[in-house]
Amino acid sequence: MEDLSLEDDVDIIMESNDGDDTNLQDDSKEPAAVPPKTDINLDDDLGVSEIKLDDDDDIFKSARVEPEPAKASTNSVSRGTSEEPADTDIPLEDDEHPFKDAHLKPGLQLSGPSPPPATIQQQTLTSFHEEEAKREMEGGDEFIEIKVTSPHKVGEGMSSYMAYKVTTNTNLSYFKKSKPEVNRRFSDFLGLRDKLTEKYLQNGRIIPPAPDKSVVGMTKVKMSKEDESSNQSEFVEKRRAALERYINRTAKHPNLRVDPDFREFLELDAELPKANQTSALSGKNVMKLISKVGDRVSLYTTKMEETDQWFEEKTVMIDNLDLQLRKLLVATESLTDYRKALSGHTYSLSKSLGMLGSAEDNSKLAAVISQLAEVEEKVEKVHEQQAKDDFYLLSELIHDYIGLVGSVKDAFNERVKAWQSWQSHQRDLNKRRENKVKAELASKQDRVNQLRQEIAENERQLDMAQENFEKISRIVKKEFEAFDVKKCKDFKNTITEYLENMLKSQESLVTHWERFLPKIKQMQP
Amino acid sequence: QAYNCLIHFYKRPYRSRYRMSRNGSMSSEVDLDAVDGDSSPLQVKISDALSEKDRVKFTIQTKSEMPEFQKSDFSVLRFHEDFLWLHDVIQENPLYAGYIIPPKPQTPDFYASQEKLQKLGEADSGVLTKEEYTKVKQELEAEYLAIFKKTVAQHEVFLQRLASHPAMKNDRNFHVFLEFESELNVRGKNKKEKLVGMFSTFQKTGDELLLGSTQKDVDEFFEQEKNFLLAYNQQLREVSVKSMKVNSAQKCLADNYIKLSSSLLNIASVEGPGLESFLTKLSDSLEKIRRCESRLAADQDLKLTDCLKYHCLDTAAAKDLLFRRLRCLANYEKANKELDLARTRNKDVAAAENRQSEACKTFERLSTTARAELAMQKKGRVEHVRRNLEQLVELEVKHGKAHSQLLRQAICDIKEM
Repeated sequence: MEDLSLEDDVDIIMESNDGDDTNLQDDSKEPAAVPPKTDINLDDDLGVSEIKLDDDDDIFKSARVEPEPAKASTNSVSRGTSEEPADTDIPLEDDEHPFKDAHLKPGLQLSGPSPPPATIQQQTLTSFHEEEAKREMEGGDEFIEIKVTSPHKVGEGMSSYMAYKVTTNTNLSYFKKSKPEVNRRFSDFLGLRDKLTEKYLQNGRIIPPAPDKSVVGMTKVKMSKEDESSNQSEFVEKRRAALERYINRTAKHPNLRVDPDFREFLELDAELPKANQTSALSGKNVMKLISKVGDRVSLYTTKMEETDQWFEEKTVMIDNLDLQLRKLLVATESLTDYRKALSGHTYSLSKSLGMLGSAEDNSKLAAVISQLAEVEEKVEKVHEQQAKDDFYLLSELIHDYIGLVGSVKDAFNERVKAWQSWQSHQRDLNKRRENKVKAELASKQDRVNQLRQEIAENERQLDMAQENFEKISRIVKKEFEAFDVKKCKDFKNTITEYLENMLKSQESLVTHWERFLPKIKQMQP
Repeated sequence: QAYNCLIHFYKRPYRSRYRMSRNGSMSSEVDLDAVDGDSSPLQVKISDALSEKDRVKFTIQTKSEMPEFQKSDFSVLRFHEDFLWLHDVIQENPLYAGYIIPPKPQTPDFYASQEKLQKLGEADSGVLTKEEYTKVKQELEAEYLAIFKKTVAQHEVFLQRLASHPAMKNDRNFHVFLEFESELNVRGKNKKEKLVGMFSTFQKTGDELLLGSTQKDVDEFFEQEKNFLLAYNQQLREVSVKSMKVNSAQKCLADNYIKLSSSLLNIASVEGPGLESFLTKLSDSLEKIRRCESRLAADQDLKLTDCLKYHCLDTAAAKDLLFRRLRCLANYEKANKELDLARTRNKDVAAAENRQSEACKTFERLSTTARAELAMQKKGRVEHVRRNLEQLVELEVKHGKAHSQLLRQAICDIKEM
């Protein structure tokens, strides 16, 4: 039962029957067996063309769920609440408990097919999560490693693009093969990131950022003929390395790696549908920008009353970290540039010394000078390699983390949004209560009844919103802690590698010079 | 023997003792061991140097038993312009036309360093942290000091070459320079003179080109030497430029570590316990590495770039000698023609004969000394370059090993964390 990607994120919210029944849109490729009309609003993220700014809805835009399992899940939900004891047998961490957060009032039943298939599927659903969670706790022997290689140009001219071979090596059970291999292009990676963001950001997940687009760089590549300048291949190499780091970071995330889109990205042999929405000026992106601005504004206008000390500290820390990382990036980029300059000048020096050696008329000195020229050339190569390490190990590490810090901030913001939504429900409720009292005083009975219903509805939504906020807070905290751990590891490993490489460089420099020394000493006139 | 002084100079430990007087000027006590041994009757050294405002004041100490001097141990104060005057006056003296005139010392250029120091002082405190500021200041001061040392060295070597040259050490002007107690008040060239000076340089180059292409040399040896020196001098100039660029790139690389270390420290202070000590250690190690890279840049500058630059100037002086000789040859040939002419006309033959024999003697004397000078220069150059390269390589090895050791230590410490 590998396709289940329903997790703890699923919050099944019962909408009031305002005609939301038709919202089950399923753009999945598999023919949808239309499930019985449930009130469950399981929006599929793919087809969304409008940004739903209504707070109620984004809570449950979770993993795309295939129709069959959807059936099962809805039933499992109902099972879940009525069979609490069974669920608690599973030794899961609180958050990982799949349906603990599903908040269903007994009064609102789900209509669904009969239990038997559900039970089996429920078992597999929970056992699947059990396994995942167990692996996570054991720090397991589950393993997934992805390589992005062989950049090759497909097509010609402006419509051409670079494709990369994506090779996965994994023992995760829900992959069909253990070593799937596919071809993907850059926009596929961006598309994947977008999909993951749409699904999981609202739950407070920290989603690794994809590499930057570069119109200039790509246009150069598109317009060039075969095998052209090294500048181009440097750009492609930077991109390839960045894509590899990106996909591996995503793969390390326990919640993201089980996502069907992620799996499809790695496994599906065919070309992925062109992620048109990733181009800079697409309608979707423009809407995203607008909504981001809207978020920003609302963040400023409704300042969150932070009750949690932890969040207050971490928000300040993350902002600080962002600032400092950017400063560090300037320094690391300078390091790379200076080293490249050093390498270039050393090369010129070497050539010049060679010419001096030929101009020198004392034969012994001429020989020594020529040998010096050769040593300088070797030195130059060492510097060149070191410059690459400076960039790929140090500079890109910092660059990636600036991006990740951005993702962390996004997750924090989601939590703030959840808080705001909760507060707005509270305000609405208060207003309605006020109105009800007014109506009672004015003896408008049908108005009172209407309001009573609305109030009940509102109260329910309020509880949901509060729970959601608490849930997001938990998730964000957890994500942050995981992020912190990964950051430590990442920094330590990468920097250790960097230092070890630098050591090798220095040792080879020493060797080159040491070999040269006796030749000079021998040159006693 | 002239080149020995060069070698001796560079043999000294790289760091001399320096005093910083309170008003910010720096003085150096340059302590040279006895140059050329005590057998030399004229010992000259720069015992002190003071940098005030734009000018450097050199204290020149002379020890000599030569009868021309009133005392046997005396000191005077001189400015850079005085050295330039001395050089020009010796170069223009036809007595020394057959010698390689020691290249004049370069004008001390503190401008760049001073400017940077000034900018640093005025700089917004927000741009640099306190540690960064201190480090950058230290680096700039070290740079200033290095330039200062170099300029003292250049001036000293110039004097010592004169002092050890059998002919030039007896030069009257040289003695005045060494002994005259008051200021020489050498008037710096005013604008007109500078312009004239510039033109004469152009003229000289044009003259050289003309001579080079029209005057056929009778002596194969000199012809070869001329060609060699032309090419070699050119090549030396190019290599010096490239070497300077390498030095400055190395220096920038080293200085950048300051920013790197301090940024890491900032992040360490933001970070929690997981990364704090790690990043602090890293910052520490990078700071040590910085010093290593910085010293490497300075040593490379001294051993390679300076050496190349010096020989560039020296070979230029040798080139000048050869062209003086060619001019002399041209004069000699002209005198010959005039003599022939006089003989055919049978007029002023005696005078023409005198002139011709004078020209001949001058030419031949010049050729002899030139030969000797060139041979000496070659030998000196070969040894000097060899010695410097040897030291360069030893220093490269030393710094490389130190760098490696720092890295090993850092990796060890990090892995333990």
